[in-house]
Amino acid sequence: MRSLGKYFIFMRSLITRRETFRTYIKLITQECINVGYNSLFIVGIVSVFMGAVTTIQTAFNLVSPFIPDYVISLVVRDMAILELSPTIIAIIFAGKVGSSIAGELGTMRITEQIDALEVMGINSSSYLVLPKVVACVIMYPMLVILSIFLILLGGYLAGTITGILSSVDYLYGIRYEFIEFNITFAVIKALVFSFLISSISSYKGFFTTGGSLEVGQASTSAVTNSCIAVLLADYALAQLLMG
Amino acid sequence: MIKIKNISKSFKGKQVLFDISGTLLKGKNNLIIGSSGTGKSVLLKNIVGLITPDQGDVKYNERSFIHGSEQDRKQIRREIGMLFQGGALFDSKNIEENVKFPLDILTDFSEEEKIDRVNFCLERVGLVNINKKMPSEISGGMKKRVGIARAIVNKPNYLFCDEPNSGLDPQTGIKIDNLIKEITSEYLITTVIVTHDMNSVIEMGDHIMFLLQGKKLWEGSNEEITKSDLKELNDFVFATQLMKQIYLR
Ligand SMILES: Nc1ncnc2c1ncn2[C@@H]1O[C@H](COP(=O)(O)OP(=O)(O)OP(=O)(O)O)[C@@H](O)[C@H]1O
Ligand SMILES: [Mg+2]
Repeated sequence: MRSLGKYFIFMRSLITRRETFRTYIKLITQECINVGYNSLFIVGIVSVFMGAVTTIQTAFNLVSPFIPDYVISLVVRDMAILELSPTIIAIIFAGKVGSSIAGELGTMRITEQIDALEVMGINSSSYLVLPKVVACVIMYPMLVILSIFLILLGGYLAGTITGILSSVDYLYGIRYEFIEFNITFAVIKALVFSFLISSISSYKGFFTTGGSLEVGQASTSAVTNSCIAVLLADYALAQLLMG
Repeated sequence: MIKIKNISKSFKGKQVLFDISGTLLKGKNNLIIGSSGTGKSVLLKNIVGLITPDQGDVKYNERSFIHGSEQDRKQIRREIGMLFQGGALFDSKNIEENVKFPLDILTDFSEEEKIDRVNFCLERVGLVNINKKMPSEISGGMKKRVGIARAIVNKPNYLFCDEPNSGLDPQTGIKIDNLIKEITSEYLITTVIVTHDMNSVIEMGDHIMFLLQGKKLWEGSNEEITKSDLKELNDFVFATQLMKQIYLR
């Protein structure tokens, strides 16, 4: 409970006593490359394979002459948009970006780089953390959208190459009774998750004390806590927006 | 000149500093000495504003740093340069960007003026042609020197150093000490150095504060320090055989 309070105070410190707008633009651009561009590869690989596996497994579970083939790709589509892309990729994002944020800030803390910023009169939390949070919130929804496409692509490849369903059926299925709101829902989830992951990881890293051992621990606990927060938020959002 | 007035600080109920007062002189090397864990670093952090004391005040030329206006604090911060124990260089920036950083945020010089100043400072600490290297590519002694360059780049009136020569071989340590000494008298800076190196104390201690378990027990010059009859101070000063041989014949 105390750390929750400290977390909120930390969040407030991000938006008080800021640097100039120009400074932030530069920092945010840099962070966008770090968190977005550098995550493309892992997100891409995971998405394509998730698409392929989901398609094959769904087909395997739907062996009935009464269910038309296009239902397979329809299921894949809805799973991708509602859960696989925003949530599962969030877990991977937490592992990659969350741990690196916590590690970087933790190292800066124990090597007194954060103190050095403070002595120069910079609001170190805002200077270091705000660009990371903003960059994550900008980039993660884009990664999610990309991931949805790649899952559908992976599913298409797996489906057609193994002959589970025809390309016509697949394309019919992914367009069948498409609900636009689901995309909005995915983006909302992405915004919330990326904020949680980046802010929790920053918090964990920023308040590291001790040595390199503690930096490792901060990294680990950043990932664990982010994942738990993401799953809780996932549940809450599902209740709120779907129920 | 910096005046420290009745500073006390405790962490989670454990008192670390007890009512410390003292004066740090302009153009001099002011040393804070004492054995490990007595609160030297905590005192230094109180002076530069990284930690807020529970009680007391720090005055920079009569301007209060703890209770003063935000405007005053900001101005004082501009006049402070600090060398951290490990250099505290920013890992993600190269040497030139590291040294230039205070200029980027505190001044509105043109890029050219900044680079000139950076090169001047790097040359001053004896480092040339390493502008584009990253901190991870240079040695510990070089990091300290880059740290000094960064600390003096914005022409500070006050220079703070936490154990400037710890973790260095004696020769490099002495070079760093001499560098700080020269810079201090050259630019009339109020320099404050935390150390437990007796060699530095004898070589450069214009004005010395001796701390023991969070209390200031003694204040004086390096000439007086070997002649004091304070037992705790003698125990600290003459801990090594070498010091005994030189001064206690
Ligand atoms: N942030 C903190 N929270 C709690 N206790 C602290 C904190 N910083 C320092 N202390 C405690 O204050 C005491 C003095 O520490 P300090 O770092 O000032 O020692 P020091 O004199 O600089 O020693 P050294 O020569 O080893 O650097 C120690 O007992 C330390 O445990
Ligand atoms: Mg110390």
